[in-house]
Amino acid sequence: MKLFSFIILLIAINLTLICNYSNNSSYETTQNKVLKESIKRGNAVYSDFCINCHLPNGEGVQNIYPPLANSDYLRANRRKSIKGLKYGLKGEITVNGLQYNKYMPPMGLSANEISDVMNYTNHSWGNKYGKIVTTEEVTKITR
Amino acid sequence: MKNSKLLFIISIISIVACAQKHKSIVIAEDPTTIDYTTEVVVPKLDIPWGFVFLPDGALLITEKAGKLIHFKDGVKTNIDGLPEVYLRGQGGLMDIELHPNYIENGWLYLTHSSADGEGEGGNTALIRAQLSGSKLTSVERLYKAEQNTKRGQHFGSRIEFDADGYLYFSIGDRGNRDVNPQNLTRDCGKIYRINADGSIPNDNPFLEFPDAKTAIYSYGHRNPQGMVRHPDTGQIWVHEHGPRGGDEINRIKKGGNFGWPLISYGINYSGTSFTKDTNLPGMEQPLFYWVPSIAPSGMAFITSDMYPDWKNNLLVGSLKFEYIERLVIKNNTVIKREKLLEGMGRVRNVRQGPDGYIYTAIESVGIVKIIPNNNK
Repeated sequence: MKLFSFIILLIAINLTLICNYSNNSSYETTQNKVLKESIKRGNAVYSDFCINCHLPNGEGVQNIYPPLANSDYLRANRRKSIKGLKYGLKGEITVNGLQYNKYMPPMGLSANEISDVMNYTNHSWGNKYGKIVTTEEVTKITR
Repeated sequence: MKNSKLLFIISIISIVACAQKHKSIVIAEDPTTIDYTTEVVVPKLDIPWGFVFLPDGALLITEKAGKLIHFKDGVKTNIDGLPEVYLRGQGGLMDIELHPNYIENGWLYLTHSSADGEGEGGNTALIRAQLSGSKLTSVERLYKAEQNTKRGQHFGSRIEFDADGYLYFSIGDRGNRDVNPQNLTRDCGKIYRINADGSIPNDNPFLEFPDAKTAIYSYGHRNPQGMVRHPDTGQIWVHEHGPRGGDEINRIKKGGNFGWPLISYGINYSGTSFTKDTNLPGMEQPLFYWVPSIAPSGMAFITSDMYPDWKNNLLVGSLKFEYIERLVIKNNTVIKREKLLEGMGRVRNVRQGPDGYIYTAIESVGIVKIIPNNNK
């Protein structure tokens, strides 16, 4: 019986320690959690609105639909990418050394959905592009 | 243990092999000679979804983003008075068609996505209106699919009249394949038939079916975006987008169940299978299926004498492969497929004009006329 109480005490101490530890890094964990949840929602948006052209693995179609996976354009053009999602993207662009000149129409996505799908594409298929895109950032970008 | 591993690998291979076993019976060929030229007759359009020829030679063109454009003698005019368009995913301002008796009654018909009604999101609506100067007047809504949804897919929306003056239009499954297409009490995944004033014909097939949407004429469709009346039989033909593989040409039958998603020649985008069946009792077979998918949009029969080698052929636009497919059909079987206008852009629509020429709407290009070479 004594042993049992001792074990309970040990577990309690451990739990307290773990909780304290989590508290110390809670800012970072919360940020990660927010990003992870945004990516998860972004996946759903991607499957609904983007997958037909950019394909399930973000590889696109050479010379027709630019790749999003390992894409120098997406990596370097955060603002232009958000703007493209919001208002459409027209005119020639160069992605990984190839020219693309198709019209991507605006999909009618909300600012929330745009930030989510940006986070999904920025952090999928091996991409690790920049910090989290927030709804506020999307809202601020205008024509 | 080793055996079970082997078994696992074999079953994975056979699943993948099964998923790919259906291929189109006829392959699309490159043309041996190109006996035509093209001319951009209306330049600078983004997504020209539908277009019609007015009796005075003008064109009315819908832009998916929500603009109706009048084009005559090189001048584009925006037409005002459209209802509010719910711009989302594949939705927007879509098809346009003239009443067969347009010269007398002036009715034109348009489909668009609309956020009206219950629930978040939108669904397909059909309106009719008259053109007065640069404005739509007498705008009347004839149909609005219920159960709005924020999904971006499958608004359908092609419009066609048959020889008796009935109006047919399509609504896709709206990205809800397991709920809508096989349920007659719900909209979406259907071909509808109504009278030109929006009323329901008294011989529609599901008038007696409890709680059915009585405008339904056939069901079990995925996303029909091509619709045309057969010039000889008068039957309504559609084509519809499949998932990955399994686009179809279907001849619409009163009360017919075209099987989506219980039967299909396609697989999920992810490569997994969703049905093992391509044929079930009580369900219609397509006249033709495309594997791989071409993403068909727009459809026209060539009836004019302008293109002697192509007469009576069916033309279908391909969004995915960016060409027009010319299908030669004998005894209700596709015997040849040929690529026309390859590489000009995503083909959204194709029609034969009143002058007998073929016109096609190509995204980011405009309306393009196909001119046969006359030097033979």
